[in-house]
Amino acid sequence: NPYAGLVSHLRASWLSGKTRPMEYRMAQLEALGRFLDDKKQEILEATELDMGKPSFEAFFSEILLCKNELNVTLNNLSHWMKDEYVDKNLVMQLDSAFIRKDPYGVVLIIAPWNYPIHLFLVPLIGAIAAGNCAIIKPSEISKNTETLVAETLSCYLDNDCFAVVTGGVQETTRLLENKFDYIFFTGIPPVGRIVMTAAAKHLTPVTLELGGKNPCYVSDTCDVTNVARRVAWGRFFNAGQTCIAPDYLLCTIEMQEKLMPALREAITEFFGPNPRESPDFGRIVSDKQFQRLRGLLGSGRMAIGGQTDEAERYIAPTVLADVLPSDPAMQEEIFGPILPIVVIANMDEAIDFINARPRPLALYAFSCDSKIVNQVLERTSSGGFCGNDTLMHVTLTSLPFGGIGNSGLGKYHGKFTFDTFSHHRGCLHRNMGLETLNAPRYPPYTQQKLGLLTTTFEVKRRGTCTLL
Amino acid sequence: MERMQQIVGRARAAFNSGRSRPLEFRIQQLKALERMVQEKEKEILAALKADLNKCGPNAYSHEILGVLGELALTMEKLPSWAAPQPVKKNLLTMRDEAYINYEPLGVVLVIGAWNYPFVLVMQPLIGAIAAGNAVVVKPSEVSENTARLVAELLPQYLDKELYPVVTGGVPETTELLTQRFDHILYTGNTAVGRIVMAAAAKHLTPVTLELGGKSPCYIDKDCDLAVACRRITWGKYMNCGQTCIAPDYILCDPSIQSKVVENIKATLKEFYGEDVKSSPDYERIVNQRHFKRVKSLLEGQKIALGGETDEASCFIAPTILTDVSPESKVMEEEIFGPVLPIVTVKSVEEAIEFINRREKPLALYVFSNNKQLIKRVISETSSGGVTGNDVIMHFFLSTLPFGGVGHSGMGAYHGRHSFETFSHRRACLIKDLKMESTNKMRYPPGSQKKVDW
Repeated sequence: NPYAGLVSHLRASWLSGKTRPMEYRMAQLEALGRFLDDKKQEILEATELDMGKPSFEAFFSEILLCKNELNVTLNNLSHWMKDEYVDKNLVMQLDSAFIRKDPYGVVLIIAPWNYPIHLFLVPLIGAIAAGNCAIIKPSEISKNTETLVAETLSCYLDNDCFAVVTGGVQETTRLLENKFDYIFFTGIPPVGRIVMTAAAKHLTPVTLELGGKNPCYVSDTCDVTNVARRVAWGRFFNAGQTCIAPDYLLCTIEMQEKLMPALREAITEFFGPNPRESPDFGRIVSDKQFQRLRGLLGSGRMAIGGQTDEAERYIAPTVLADVLPSDPAMQEEIFGPILPIVVIANMDEAIDFINARPRPLALYAFSCDSKIVNQVLERTSSGGFCGNDTLMHVTLTSLPFGGIGNSGLGKYHGKFTFDTFSHHRGCLHRNMGLETLNAPRYPPYTQQKLGLLTTTFEVKRRGTCTLL
Repeated sequence: MERMQQIVGRARAAFNSGRSRPLEFRIQQLKALERMVQEKEKEILAALKADLNKCGPNAYSHEILGVLGELALTMEKLPSWAAPQPVKKNLLTMRDEAYINYEPLGVVLVIGAWNYPFVLVMQPLIGAIAAGNAVVVKPSEVSENTARLVAELLPQYLDKELYPVVTGGVPETTELLTQRFDHILYTGNTAVGRIVMAAAAKHLTPVTLELGGKSPCYIDKDCDLAVACRRITWGKYMNCGQTCIAPDYILCDPSIQSKVVENIKATLKEFYGEDVKSSPDYERIVNQRHFKRVKSLLEGQKIALGGETDEASCFIAPTILTDVSPESKVMEEEIFGPVLPIVTVKSVEEAIEFINRREKPLALYVFSNNKQLIKRVISETSSGGVTGNDVIMHFFLSTLPFGGVGHSGMGAYHGRHSFETFSHRRACLIKDLKMESTNKMRYPPGSQKKVDW
């Protein structure tokens, strides 16, 4: 077991108790902030090398959003760490009852390649804030970022408590043989199953942030220009390599007709007449992904884009019209700059279409009529939901971010990350005196004692009259 | 295979019909459960007597009272628990609606245990119904009378398709676990907990595992020994020691060991009289297999009190072992019987170290007049839950989450925590389709000016 030494080293640090004081946690978090500030340029460069990430996007997702999470945590940590006192029943009025937030111990964070800093750093913020030690496993696919993290993070964090492990499938498999006290995984569902199965051997709790096909319903009553911009933005951000990107559109044939020129215009507005020359449009992360995506281009009817360049791993912002449910583009999560439009007759059909499929990580509905947005919300199930926009619900740290069913289990962001990495321990600190109050519970058991117990323990429904 | 598929399939179709979602429906089902418990009280008590030799008032206070309380609490609070929760917005979302929507997960599976066979099936069921789910209930086959009764009663009071009961043993449960659920709550032992989680992993099903372990009980020299020992005696020997949060073993200074034995001895007489075996309030070990298991833990031990057994009736007397070695068999596994080992330690530091060297327990107990010492033990250890200066009681406060950590489990329930365990918290952001100007900042082409803003 090549990682046994590392894990036991971290476990020893954990048992020493050094990660528990608030000052220690704040200091490590502040160091993370310095990492983001000092290495900003390197991060922008690494992600550009990895997937042609435009620096505007990289700044937004890898720096700005991470700093937001950091600041929310630093601002609130002392409050989050405090014991949460709870309401008591009659019998416990003189006792102290509270929920203690205990760290788990040594946690493992496995991150994917598409937002390679953000997707390890935001979970790490919560892990540190909650008082844990952590092993970070960045993705080997975003090679340049992996190297950057492996080489520089150790200059900022306490190396006895936080370590970076690099490698591919084999290394991750060996790493998962070890016992962790929590595992946080972001990636695809098949690997999520493998991670959870490995975790089951040690009864390790997990959070799995997975994916799926995020539907985007556009009703007939809507501002077509705004819809087109918001959908195009969400779809083509990071060249479509976003777990919460609108994966496919559902609309009537008339709306498809109206949307097409609006989408064309939005794409031109964003990326110019030749997106290949725009510094604001990314590339596909690997040859394997590029080939996979190219295979999806034959679905439906090519309405916008479709150009590719293998050497650059460039795929133009593409919209496919009249896509059928049986087409290749509708068989897997796209994770690329291709937007299929599936034509449906009405909202009911759209809802049935969505509900016949695995529950997605995100669900989008566009309409000027708020009743329609609400109906889609109420009649479907998804990790999260955004009405009349895309992606934005995950930028609000007060909203939990996570999936359901195949799209994942658990949630994080803001306080939810802290809670994810804490064990909520129910504590009752009783009075040693007043032993007579306990008498009804002791044997020998009698009806009389039972009556007393019932009176003191019972929760009565409000409005029930006991005097009859 | 087909039978399970059919049962779960029917539950899923029933859930998909949407009828378990309206609050009125959920409350109506909970009301029906309440009626069931009230109308069938005699039958429930009879089943518990047959399974565990529990007498009436005892069974009522441990299994029925709590259930009625949970039902009343849930029915009252459900509207507020289920209401969408608005969240704090930022500058960009100031004019939008942002809230967390509580939604059912779908079809959940509740697997009960045999030691408190009624309450351990009912409490999760209450939370699952309250959250709007369909629920497949699998009571433990070891407590067969209660299992049979639950299978008979639930369809008489609840929606038959939404809340089916599945009976059977290991083969039936294994089959059931191949089906897809949206949450599984399992109460039982660590070994089976692993199996349940591995099965759940195939479908990416979230789980709540209420397992067990050896719950330590530290008695400080500075404490009212008579009171402490009375409370410990109550918690240890109730249900003949077959309680997941029973104080499993005692840690104390050698100088008070014999006093502890004396006090417990005196309390036992108070509770069960001179002849424990003839007390109607003392239970039996659930079956031969567990009887043999617990009896074998006595081998080679110094028995300070008790030790009598009777295989025919699965009787084991309340027993205390002194000067127990940490390496002995009785200190390896969860005892789950009326055998109380005392392991001596010279200081609270030693006690804390001892506890931390072992797997995290479901419960932890510490008795002391010194508040600071209690706080210290809590802060320097980890466990599912804690009660200071008493045992068991944290279980009875539904505002506290009840669950384990590490080998003692994951997830929690009781009260509102049950509702949240069985709900999906869906993040919702509803924006205006107009007001596009604020969005322009985020669209390409990017520029330094936009970044700086």
